[in-house]
Amino acid sequence: MKKITKKTYLKWYEDMLFWRKFEDKLAQVYIQQKVRGFLHLYNGQEAILAGALHVMDLKKDKMITAYRNHVQPIGMGVDPKRVMAELYGKKTGTSQGLGGSMHIFSKEHRFFGGHGIVGGQIPLGAGLAFADKYFNTNAVTLCFLGDGAARQGSLHETLNMATNWKLPVVFCVENNGYAMGTSVKRTSSHEDIWRLGLGYEMPCGPVDAMDPTKVAEALDEAISRARAGKGPTFLDLKTYRYRGHSMSDAQKYRTKDEVKEYQEIDPISQVKKVLLDKKYASEEDIKKIDKQVKDKVSECEKFADESDFPDKNVMYDVVYEQEDYPFISHKL
Amino acid sequence: MRTIQFREAIVEAMSEEMRADESIYLMGEEVAEYNGAYKASKGMLDEFGEKRVIDTPISELGFTGIGIGSAMNGNRPIIEFMTFNFSLVGIDQIINNAAKMRQMSGGQFNIPIVFRGPTGSAGQLGATHSQAFENWFANTPGLKVVIPSNPYDAKGLLKSSIRDNDPVIFMESEQMYGDKGEVPEEEYTIPLGKADIKREGTDVTIVSFGKIIKEAYKAAEELEKEDVSCEIIDLRTVRPMDYDAILKSVKKTNRLVILEEAWPFGNVATEITYKVQNEAFDYLDAPIVKLNTADTPAPYSPGLLKEWLPNSDDVIKAVKKVLYI
Repeated sequence: MKKITKKTYLKWYEDMLFWRKFEDKLAQVYIQQKVRGFLHLYNGQEAILAGALHVMDLKKDKMITAYRNHVQPIGMGVDPKRVMAELYGKKTGTSQGLGGSMHIFSKEHRFFGGHGIVGGQIPLGAGLAFADKYFNTNAVTLCFLGDGAARQGSLHETLNMATNWKLPVVFCVENNGYAMGTSVKRTSSHEDIWRLGLGYEMPCGPVDAMDPTKVAEALDEAISRARAGKGPTFLDLKTYRYRGHSMSDAQKYRTKDEVKEYQEIDPISQVKKVLLDKKYASEEDIKKIDKQVKDKVSECEKFADESDFPDKNVMYDVVYEQEDYPFISHKL
Repeated sequence: MRTIQFREAIVEAMSEEMRADESIYLMGEEVAEYNGAYKASKGMLDEFGEKRVIDTPISELGFTGIGIGSAMNGNRPIIEFMTFNFSLVGIDQIINNAAKMRQMSGGQFNIPIVFRGPTGSAGQLGATHSQAFENWFANTPGLKVVIPSNPYDAKGLLKSSIRDNDPVIFMESEQMYGDKGEVPEEEYTIPLGKADIKREGTDVTIVSFGKIIKEAYKAAEELEKEDVSCEIIDLRTVRPMDYDAILKSVKKTNRLVILEEAWPFGNVATEITYKVQNEAFDYLDAPIVKLNTADTPAPYSPGLLKEWLPNSDDVIKAVKKVLYI
């Protein structure tokens, strides 16, 4: 694995803080009704993305996830201004304003969405890996899913084919304990989601996903295995989300103490502590990063605010690759 | 010209395209070692090997999604459903992912994929195995829906479907695989979205598609004996629909009968009826008649199944009704 150094910790701190503040800004502008629809925020789960990016080959590896998907493309290299603009429904957005919060994509940066149906992205992730194996690209796909999606049939069909065909994919369950408002405990006979891999003879295991170093170690092993042609891995990344499932969630299914318990092992605080303890950064340095992050988020907001809404015809332009598709008109 | 079976036309179309483009593969249940449940991929494993002709477990949801994912990453898959009845298990992937991916990504990811297999009834198979979902798929923007009625059309349309850069639903029939027809040795394609006049006539237009069109042919033969001249239009592609071909014919005959093997509520015939009354109202000399299956799940018992399906007698009655004879 690529060494975890002072530089890594500094990057992790800056990235994770930016993702956190980016999401906080979205919550704020959502209340102002600048962003509409459903809004699912990543707060608390940042160590997963930070750890993953450390061990991925960002020149060729791929990523796909569900609808909690604003910050992953940013991590993969997408301009965060364009992600914010997408949530504003602006033409400068990653999908020209057609996708919205749940559907962020970047072909250029190999981020394959952004999927709104729980578990719908799981076979797609295996399909990306199928093509990489087919064309011998030696790339690996990270396919993220939630603990709720682990109970979809799509997971089980896909795990079976992925092991049978030795596809270069890592299935990463971001297990935050709740499928919307229903706990893992209430919907299954055991809480060790990683054990689902056993039925398919797929290497599997639990990971402390509040700590990016632990995520990096587990994913490095899984990615190396996939790249060596030895097939997929199924990881149960134990994490927590501080905010509700989406903005309308009153969170009556959990206690404030439970949230507090996890905030005490917050990934950003953990990384900040290492920076200070190991004297990788001073309080002054930290303040400087905090200020930079705040400014960068403001730039995103400004860009999204000032961008134009899309033209009406774009609605038709993006549906078919065929340029002259004869759509049925719907207005007199 | 040589004569081949419908299933051979399917094999030829896929094989010719696979020879020309390495990114195409065929995946589905029984497509490889078994040579296809209906032998519509006979010999393809031998020619292309297991990398490109792939047997799957019985996991339609999973392999439909894997096909779409691979299409996002450079492949041009042909996904076979043993029948489209089983596509229902994977329909979330078709509707939510194949059809919408390009739109949701703002035009970044097109999905060049073909989903193919038999549609409609095929004898006494009962309710779960006798369904036609052309209108379900055709309702969805982002998809194209193709349904040939003879070997020549099947080959030319399938080649175009495989070359198409958008997702195509390609519907065949268990009861057509053995049909024989003239298919030239030379390469040809048939463009999607173009209807074909299968029989020219002057008194009434009959629009149909897929295997049920044969009932229209039979009816037209009978009606000719009574000096009634039927024009039969084979849609070949349901989405996008060739409205112009229908309107042109109706403006000539002033009468329209639509024959479709599907449940009667909100189907392809309904859409045609709306379009024609809207754009050719003044040309119509009689109300349009549409013929569909009964408004029930398909029954098993032979007499009931016969009653359930529209047939040539129904077509004759309908033609006489619009002609007031």
